Amino acid sequence: MLEAYPDNRLARILLWGFSALVMAFLMLPTLVVVPLSFSVSDLLEFPPRAYSLRWYENFFGSATWMAGLRTSLILGTLTAMVAVPLALLACISMNRLGGKAASAIQGVLLAPSIVPGILLAIGLFFVLAAQGLVGTLFGVLVGHVVLAIPVACIVLLPALARFDWNQVQAARSLGAGWATAVGGIIVPQLRISFLSATLMAFLTSLDESVISIFVASGHNSTLPKLMFLSLRDQIDPTIAAISTLWTAIVVVVVLIVTLRQKS
Amino acid sequence: MKSLPITIDSVRKAYGSYVALDDVSLDVQAGEFLTLLGPSGSGKTTLLMALAGFVRPDSGKLLLGNRDITRLAPNKRDIGIVFQNYALFPHMNVLANVEYPLALRKTPKAQARQQALDTLARVKLEGLAKRNIAALSGGQRQRVALARAIVFEPRVMLMDEPLSALDRNLRETMQYEIRRLHDDLGITTIYVTHDQREALTMSDRVAVMNSGRIQQIDTPQQIYDRPSTRFVAEFMGEANILAPGSARTIDGGDASRETLMIRAESFHLDAKLVGRDGVALEARLCAKAFRGENWLLTLALDDGQEVLVCIPAALASGCAELAAGQRVTAYAPAEKVHAIPGAIA
Repeated sequence: MLEAYPDNRLARILLWGFSALVMAFLMLPTLVVVPLSFSVSDLLEFPPRAYSLRWYENFFGSATWMAGLRTSLILGTLTAMVAVPLALLACISMNRLGGKAASAIQGVLLAPSIVPGILLAIGLFFVLAAQGLVGTLFGVLVGHVVLAIPVACIVLLPALARFDWNQVQAARSLGAGWATAVGGIIVPQLRISFLSATLMAFLTSLDESVISIFVASGHNSTLPKLMFLSLRDQIDPTIAAISTLWTAIVVVVVLIVTLRQKS
Repeated sequence: MKSLPITIDSVRKAYGSYVALDDVSLDVQAGEFLTLLGPSGSGKTTLLMALAGFVRPDSGKLLLGNRDITRLAPNKRDIGIVFQNYALFPHMNVLANVEYPLALRKTPKAQARQQALDTLARVKLEGLAKRNIAALSGGQRQRVALARAIVFEPRVMLMDEPLSALDRNLRETMQYEIRRLHDDLGITTIYVTHDQREALTMSDRVAVMNSGRIQQIDTPQQIYDRPSTRFVAEFMGEANILAPGSARTIDGGDASRETLMIRAESFHLDAKLVGRDGVALEARLCAKAFRGENWLLTLALDDGQEVLVCIPAALASGCAELAAGQRVTAYAPAEKVHAIPGAIA
C-alpha cells in the first residue's frame, strides 16, 4: 500500500507512529526491569535513586541461584536434545501417513500446548508421583519434553510438508537405509528449521515455571521456580537482575539464529 | 556388466476397493528395453514402484534373476531408478549427487571420484561436476539423474516418465540418448510412459496397461498394427473400429463378420487399390482439416459410424477440392486391416 503512494507522508507517519506504540506496549514491561536491576535500593523502586551492580553480585555470588541457573541450562539442553528428534520422527510419520489418522495424531501431540499449564502440571505430578519421580531432574525433563514437542512440531511440520519425498526414495534406491536417508538427505536440507526447533524447545524449557514448581524440588529447582519462590517470600531486586540477564541472553541467541538464517 | 532378467509373477495390489494391480505377470529378458505404457491410473507406476520396493504387493512374486526380491528393502535391491521429477539432492553438487551411491557402498574415494567423472562424461556432463543442482537446466538435471542411477552399475534400471518435464525437442534428443545408453550398457530397463509415440520409438517391447492389467505385450509394430483389444487399438493412435459388416471388400464382396481396426493413415482415396485385396468404405465427407504434414478427413458411413482418414499431404492433391457432404470411397489394403479378436463393437 505504501509503495503505491510513496508521497503520502501523513500515512507514513501514522503507520510508523502506530508501529512504535505497539512496540512500546510490547517491550516496556520487559524493559522496565532493566533500570530496576541496577538500583541501589533494597526494594523494587522505579525510577531508582542511585545505581549499582550489587544485585548482579548477589545473583552470581549465591549458591542457590547458581544451582538454579545450572539446572535450567542443563534441563533446556536436554529438553531440546530429546524433544527435537522425537518431534522430527513424529512429523515424518504424520507427513507420510496423511489423512484423518495424521490429523488425530497431530491433535494429541499439540494438546500440551493448548491444555492450561496448571492442569498439565497437576496431571504430571500424579503420574510422576506414582512412579516415584517427583523431585527428580528426569521428572521435570519429562514435563518439559511434553511441552517442547508441540513447539518443535509446529516448526518442523510445514518444513517437511514442503520437502520433496522423492529424494528419500531416490536415496533408498541408491542404497541408503532409512536412517541414512533421513540423516543425510532430510536433516541437512531442513537445517534452518531444525535449528529453530532446537532453539524453541530450549527456550520453552528455560521459560517454564508451572511444571517446575510442581515437580522440581531442592537442588533440582529451575531458575524460574526459584524466582517465583523468591517473589513470594520477599521482594528483591535480584529478580530484576536475573530477568535482565535472561532477556539479554534470549535476545542474543535469537539474534544469532535469525542472522544465520539470513546469511 | 551382466544384466538380469525380471520376472513379475501374478502381482496384485489393492488400495481399499481400488485395484491398482490386478494379477499382473510379465517376463522381461536380460538386457531388454521394455516400456509400460498406459493412461494415468492404469497401474504402470504402481508396478514400477513395486519393483523398486516402495510398494509392497498384496500377493505375487518379483524376481530379479533367480532372486526373490518381493520382500527385500529398496536399498538392498541394487536397482537404478530415474524419477519423474529427477529427485536430485539440492544440497549437494553434481559430483556429490553422482558419488552418493558409491559412498554408500564404501567405494574408495579416489575410485568413486573417477567412476563418477567417467559416468558424467558418458552422459555428456563433463565440466559440470562442481555445478550446483539449482544452476542446471531441465535437460542437464535429467542427465545427472541418469548418471546417478547408472554409476553403481545396477543390473536393472527403472525409469518413471523421465522425460515428461522436458520440452518436445529436448525430449526427442533424450529418447535417443537414453536408448543409446541402454544399448551401450546392455542393462535391463523398464520404462514407464503415457506417451505412445515415446513407447514405440524407444522400446524392444511395449506392455500396454489399463485398469491394473496388462492388455497386450508385444513389439512396437505388433502393438500398433495388430492390437489385441479395442483399448490398445484406440490408445495407440487414430484407430477406426468398424462394426462387423460395415465394410465391403474392394471387389464388392462381403467383408468380415469380425470387428475391424483400420488406422486413419492406412486409407487411400484414389482407386489405385481396385483389383487388390482390401476393404472399401462408401461414405460422406463430414469435415476436413489441413494439419501441415497431412489432411485429416472425417467421414460418415451410411449407418452413422464415423471414420477418420488421414492422407499424407504429398499424396493429397485432391483433398483441397473436396467439399463437405460429397460422397467418397476410402480404400484400405488387406494388410492394414486388422480384425480385433473377440472384440464387441
